[in-house]
Amino acid sequence: MYKYDFVRQLNTKGGDRRQNVLHIDFTLLLILLILCMTGLFVLYSASEQSMYYVKRQATFMLTGFTGMLIVAQFPVRFWERWAGLFYGSALLALIAVLFFGVEAKGATRWLNLGFARFQPSELAKIAVPMMVSAYLSRRIIPPKFKHVAGALLIVGIPALLIIRQPDLGTSILVFASGFFVLFLAGLRKRYLAGAFLGSLAAVPLLWFYVMRDYQKQRVLTLLSPEDDKFGAGWNIIQSTTAIGSGGLSGKGWTEGTQSQLNFLPESHTDFIIAVLAEEFGLLGVIGLCAIYLLLVGYCMIIAISAQSQFARLMAGSISLTFFIYMFVNMSMVSGLLPVVGVPLPLVSYGGSAIVTLFFGFGILMAISSEPKRIGTWR
Amino acid sequence: MMHDNAISDPRKEQRIFTLRVILSVFILLGLTSIVLFRYFDLQINRHLDYVTNSNKNRIHIRSVAPTRGLIFDRHGQLLADNRPAFTLNIIPESAENTDQLIARLDSLLSISEKDLARFKKRAKRSKRFQPIPLKYNLTEQERAILAVNSHLLTGTEVSAQLMRFYPQRELLTHTLGYVGRINDREIRMIDPNNYRGTDFIGKIGLEKYYEEILLGEVGTEQVETDARGRVMRVLGKKDPVSGSDLTIHIDSHLQRMALNALKGERGALVAIDVKTGGILSMVSTPSYDPNLFTSGISQKQYDALLNSPDRPLFNRALRGQYPPGSTVKPLFGLIGLQHKIFDMDYSIYDPGYFFMEGIKRPWRDHNSDQGGHGHGVDLAEAIIESCDVFFYTTGIKAGIDLLSEQSALFGLGDITGIDLPGEKRGIMPTREWKKDKRRQNWFDGDTINMSIGQGFMLTTPLQLAVMSARIASRGKAVVPKLLKSIDGEDIEPEFAPNPIQYDDRYWDYIHQAMVDVVHSDKGTARGISKGLSYKLAGKTGTAQVISINEKEKYDSSKIDKNKWDHALFVAFAPADNPQIALGLIVENGEHGSRTAAPIARKVIDSYLSDYPQERRHNNASRLAKYSPTPVEDN
Repeated sequence: MYKYDFVRQLNTKGGDRRQNVLHIDFTLLLILLILCMTGLFVLYSASEQSMYYVKRQATFMLTGFTGMLIVAQFPVRFWERWAGLFYGSALLALIAVLFFGVEAKGATRWLNLGFARFQPSELAKIAVPMMVSAYLSRRIIPPKFKHVAGALLIVGIPALLIIRQPDLGTSILVFASGFFVLFLAGLRKRYLAGAFLGSLAAVPLLWFYVMRDYQKQRVLTLLSPEDDKFGAGWNIIQSTTAIGSGGLSGKGWTEGTQSQLNFLPESHTDFIIAVLAEEFGLLGVIGLCAIYLLLVGYCMIIAISAQSQFARLMAGSISLTFFIYMFVNMSMVSGLLPVVGVPLPLVSYGGSAIVTLFFGFGILMAISSEPKRIGTWR
Repeated sequence: MMHDNAISDPRKEQRIFTLRVILSVFILLGLTSIVLFRYFDLQINRHLDYVTNSNKNRIHIRSVAPTRGLIFDRHGQLLADNRPAFTLNIIPESAENTDQLIARLDSLLSISEKDLARFKKRAKRSKRFQPIPLKYNLTEQERAILAVNSHLLTGTEVSAQLMRFYPQRELLTHTLGYVGRINDREIRMIDPNNYRGTDFIGKIGLEKYYEEILLGEVGTEQVETDARGRVMRVLGKKDPVSGSDLTIHIDSHLQRMALNALKGERGALVAIDVKTGGILSMVSTPSYDPNLFTSGISQKQYDALLNSPDRPLFNRALRGQYPPGSTVKPLFGLIGLQHKIFDMDYSIYDPGYFFMEGIKRPWRDHNSDQGGHGHGVDLAEAIIESCDVFFYTTGIKAGIDLLSEQSALFGLGDITGIDLPGEKRGIMPTREWKKDKRRQNWFDGDTINMSIGQGFMLTTPLQLAVMSARIASRGKAVVPKLLKSIDGEDIEPEFAPNPIQYDDRYWDYIHQAMVDVVHSDKGTARGISKGLSYKLAGKTGTAQVISINEKEKYDSSKIDKNKWDHALFVAFAPADNPQIALGLIVENGEHGSRTAAPIARKVIDSYLSDYPQERRHNNASRLAKYSPTPVEDN
């Protein structure tokens, strides 16, 4: 049954005893550390060489790492068993946002807990694939139509709630994370084809009934940024200029004129890849992609070697969603996709995204160390 | 659990999952390739385009305004200065809420409607992150208020620049002119490249005439700016070239004397250096403070100036056209002598009236009620006592053509060529002129009117000064000029192309007659001779504002003051070695002798006060036919 699990063999070859105790996957930990260090390095330059953001980001990352290690201690069964509760709370929190949400910058995404602000949509990024995985792992595969419908319902409700906030970027990520579970669970090709055609059909519906004016504007801007050079088109013109002027090897760290002279907006958050591209050139971009692909690939190996269907689906969805983060972000900054608020994972500045991502990696670690857990606490 | 929860088949699950993961890997690699190709396209294929864009973003050519040239008077007194002025700017992109910010500023400093309107107009066409001026000329107190409240005023900025300032205020306004903000009409006429970095242009007067010399050359700086337009560093620069400093012939002290002497009157005075044509003083009253215009005059202040019945904005010295009256008599006498219309022995009988053949209506002498000047009135007496009938008689003999042609040599009826914009030509009528303008033939009656400086003839105070200077210098045709030197390099005096070659004895005769206007007992300007330490040559004049019927008598008490006659005076001194010549008019001053002459005396006294004593009396007096009356000296 475990003959495919060469990862487990790799991990146990050294006879690492700590892993048995603390459920740490050191390979994953190392890749994440490299990525985080790279991120901080770019962030320092992107935030006008201010240590303020770097320190805060490092704090978020430390919190994330700690959270990840804590999450890793929970057996996979735990998440599978409580997925419904987890999902239910996330749904309740999203509904609460509708009524008691705190508004900022034209969007209502936060709940005020008194001591801190909390973004329920971040919770949904984990809860939705978890719930779908739990739901489908108990069904026969490939999923039947009604199970597909059930899964879509699980995904759709939070996704629609998040769109209403409005937060298109997160909504896409939440929907994608749920959809990946369906896909990995062996969604039949006719459903895939149907989904493809359905999404094509949904475009006009989305355009006329769902999308807000500013979201439509972003799509139009993508098609012709020069129409509104100093308005909507500004961001994308400046980011492509930053990327293009970087060339093969870039202008050098902290030497990017577009980012250092503030032409590039949101340079330390959503548009940070443009800083990297300007200062380290195409080689830097390829390097970062390599790290990302290494991470995603490693996570997929964990997924393949997972012990249960739930673990597989969950791990696969987390890996693919992580890739989607990177893909959507790099595409929107370079003008391939409209600008939706998706950060570059672990490089863009921002606390909640980091914590959520590490939560996911914590579950991955738990899955990775699952074989050691057999017979201990299950 | 549920019935359709068939027993899971872990192997099948694993197999399907693995296949799906492998499929995903292909999709992932495909998507990654698309993204990387996009970056490759931007960074390699279109790299150079984006490098250009990126440089365009950050590298800007910034203009550095040159310092405008200063203007000094002949003694080095500063007339036009540059002073730092402070402007409150708003950068709308940096302000959180521009309207709120303006409301806050209004409560602190009070922002006028006009300022606000101008700000809004500028804001519309301004680039991103450019400071837009809201309020000019901040006082020290206002700057302090802004500094104290700066934490509430994000998006504001106080900038300093040099502003024109005229320390002598109303002293020389009409001559010096002023600078003001470039308006829409001027923008079309100038080369905008020369005016990058400056908002100001000479509007009138010298500031306008010598605009190019005063302006200097704009400098440039190649700077790297951030997205907010803040300069991060200077990459290269070309320094601006300051405008040249001008020194003008004006004597501030004399100017102030003249301005004070004319205070309360509407009038004009022009004093010329006889040797060079340099303008020593040029006054038009009432005057006003030019500094009002540099900083943007309020509509109320402007309306007050514009609508004042005294017309302070009007430069009477340059643009005021008045009948010269009797002030032209020495000139017409001189022309008659030189051109043998009559000689120095020629005399007439003056009954107080002059009848022309075929015309019933007589021309009256101004003293006709005293029975005229009687028998034996020669040219000298006609000048000294200002006898009209003598000039009626000789004028008609000389004829319009000769008088016109010769008067033009003395600067009448054409622009004098002074270095000021907007000079008026006056009118020295000719037959052609009348035909052209009035569609009528020239009549002898017109010549008679003109022979005493009335009728169609009009002159500016500047022309009168030029005429007396050319008489004083015995025909040296100086051209009036204000500019004395540029950056310390003297300007050569200019002379009119046609020299005046008259016989010395006629010059002597006319000079002596004009001296006697002041110094003899019968002279019309004898009132100012008291205490004169030098010989002052002059001629009074009175110009009619309304025509009086020959039956009526002019009685000032029955007429509004603004219809009273204008008082004129031309003069030069010292008569034996003329230094200064002047022409002046007091509007509605009634008599040249009573109103205008004393002003001329004051001004000349002031100018000659440091004229060497020993040269006053050693004149070898090339005597004319008649003996001059002794100079009254104390």
